[in-house]
Amino acid sequence: MGLKRAFDEIYGASDGKAPRQGFETLAKWLNSTDLEDLRGRQGAAEAAFRQLGITFAVYGDDEAAERIIPFDIVPRLFTAREWSRLAVGLEQRVKALNAFVADIYGERAILKDGIIPEELVLANSQFCIPMNGFTPPHGLYTHICGIDLVRTGPDDFYILEDNARTPSGVSYMLENREAMLRLCPDLFENLPVQPVDCYPDSLRAMLASVAPHTAAADPTCVLLTPGRYNSAYYEHSFLADNAGIELVEAPDLIVDDDVVWMMTIQGRKRVDVIYRRIDDAFLDPLVFRPDSYLGVPGLMAAYLAGNVTIVNAPGTGIADDKAIYSYMPEIVRYYSGEEAKLPIVDTWRCREPEALKYVLAHLDELVVKLVDGSGGYGMLVGPTATKQQIEDFRKALMAEPHRYIAQPTLALSTVPTLVESGIAPRHVDFRPFVLSGSNGVTITPGGLTRVALAEGSLVVNSSQGGGTKDSLVLYDTGDEA
Amino acid sequence: MLSRVAASLYWLGRYMERAEFTARLVEATIRLDHMSARPAGTGAWASALAVVQGDSRFSATGQPITQKTVSQFLTLDPTNPGSIRSCIDAARDNGRAVRTALTREAWETVNSSWLSLSKRSKTWSLESTLALVESVTAQARGFEGALHRMLRSEAYWFIRLGMAVERGDNSARLVDVKYHLLLPEGEPVGGVIDRDQWTTILHTVSAVTAFRWLYKSGLTPSAVADLLILRPEMPRSLVASAEEVEKYLTALGRLTGLQGEADRIARRRHIDMGRLDIDQIIISGLHEFLTGYIANNAQLDLAIAKQFRFP
Repeated sequence: MGLKRAFDEIYGASDGKAPRQGFETLAKWLNSTDLEDLRGRQGAAEAAFRQLGITFAVYGDDEAAERIIPFDIVPRLFTAREWSRLAVGLEQRVKALNAFVADIYGERAILKDGIIPEELVLANSQFCIPMNGFTPPHGLYTHICGIDLVRTGPDDFYILEDNARTPSGVSYMLENREAMLRLCPDLFENLPVQPVDCYPDSLRAMLASVAPHTAAADPTCVLLTPGRYNSAYYEHSFLADNAGIELVEAPDLIVDDDVVWMMTIQGRKRVDVIYRRIDDAFLDPLVFRPDSYLGVPGLMAAYLAGNVTIVNAPGTGIADDKAIYSYMPEIVRYYSGEEAKLPIVDTWRCREPEALKYVLAHLDELVVKLVDGSGGYGMLVGPTATKQQIEDFRKALMAEPHRYIAQPTLALSTVPTLVESGIAPRHVDFRPFVLSGSNGVTITPGGLTRVALAEGSLVVNSSQGGGTKDSLVLYDTGDEA
Repeated sequence: MLSRVAASLYWLGRYMERAEFTARLVEATIRLDHMSARPAGTGAWASALAVVQGDSRFSATGQPITQKTVSQFLTLDPTNPGSIRSCIDAARDNGRAVRTALTREAWETVNSSWLSLSKRSKTWSLESTLALVESVTAQARGFEGALHRMLRSEAYWFIRLGMAVERGDNSARLVDVKYHLLLPEGEPVGGVIDRDQWTTILHTVSAVTAFRWLYKSGLTPSAVADLLILRPEMPRSLVASAEEVEKYLTALGRLTGLQGEADRIARRRHIDMGRLDIDQIIISGLHEFLTGYIANNAQLDLAIAKQFRFP
């Protein structure tokens, strides 16, 4: 593999010998719990997920129309100190993202000041023309962010992706915790873990806080889903249910005189806030894709008239675009006046000839990504790719260099994971969820830890065989160094 | 409540009820076919098809009527929209669409029925068919139990309403099948086969013991019809369904303020049935009465859809 030994979340660089400070309890639990016992608990958790129907669909895979994402019983842990550092960096990051989007659709100061090449923004397919010059209620765009982080050392966290459109996975944060509490009460007995079940309440409070000024004191918030055939439908229904908001599909909504209504058994009811889990392109067939059946005709007109809030705002894709990503340190500095507390991964922009030259010469050590790809598709992981894959990718890259960025292959941190052969380290990433309302920024102490289950693999995406773990954040009990 | 959600809950109730009814029908038909003194053979399976109006669809498959073919058709055949599998599929589909309106337990019972059926493609042996229908009826009981623990909100009453409307339809069809079920030539009315056929109907609705308890006179066609049509204390009788529908509509009216044509039809039906006795029904034609009930029930279904703005 050519990678140096990765940092382990429990054991650091000690090669499994001594747990890091604050991780003794978890290590002890792991060592003292019988392997078969762990397997039994993991099996029970997965059976429960199947029973509940916590499934996802893999597109183009008819055989396994409904699968569950593998769940790993060994959690990952953050000490209070680690978490508070992350939280500060995340808050800084989302504030910068929001300021950036507001600027791009407003004054465009950052472009005028030459911080980012203009064509990279204005000619970007993620630039949403109808949003140009429009300020949404409370000036907020990126209400819900799921920021992907990776770690390579005790203090080395990097932001991998910002996910400022409609990030998914928060239901796993909540359901994994439910499963852990039920199956491993012995672990929680000895660890002061902060709860995550406040997320739905925080979500509801955030949604209510961003209602248009015209809305009533108790605004009507809904979650707009593409429907039960969408891969994340379980999450949509779960969130609506737990946040106590209505789960609606496009046919449930109509727009009349620039006001959005939902069709109830008693007739029409006015809608103030729409948490949409539909991509921009499908939101409104009158403005975006005309062939969209998932969207609501007239929704954008109602939005632009200021009569409804859309969460997240259309056009936020410009902020989490992979082509923009490499400018994030400058963006954070530009809007906050501070250095970014959470760095990005070194990134070569293949659109720049010098960078392209370097990337082509080092394809076998780099990760190369499509700027408009997601879910682990259209991606080359140099160190694990075959010669043929590298050569095929080289052709694609040379044909359209502007569509690609490249990054070094990071030695992602590992967490002990239950596999066939026993407990073994597997690489992980981490997605915390950050809410921004007019009531401030709320970060739930937890998140989604994704784990690459194949030995040595760095691809954690569920569509590529990744699994999930619970992510525990400890209370500050004052006995940390 | 969203109109779409209300409609899905109503249909969730209807499909769960229909799945259970079909399971009971298969169970009773196996009994009729195998356990009576003189096996009724294909006649029993032909009548089972007639009850669920599956005869023309089945004959389109080109298969002969046997225990194997018809029980496969009624239980697991995905091409038969009335098969248990299709009903559970549809119930789950409606349930998924309204997950937020269901409790976790109610959803899990629907989902686990679906999961256990999705693992099976064929049910050739008699034992496996029996095991299948028994597990479906057990799961239906689980669903009812989970419903019972639900908050008495609109969601609850819409599911109940769907179940009661479906139950009335199913029971009427079940009694009516005796009209279609011809006795073999030379077989007397009131003879062994005739008795077996009526007993099977009682079995389908788990009413054998109830019948013995209520009718000391012994098994006569008019007594069975009386039990299944006019006895309010018999949970699957037509009058009990009519009473339930009326009650659930009233509950919904109280919660939503919505009352109208559906309530009128339901109330009228219930009152009318209270004035009838079984001899009268038989004299003026049992089949005509049952057909009328089924048509009235369909009208009620339309009125419900309109009253609650089903999409």
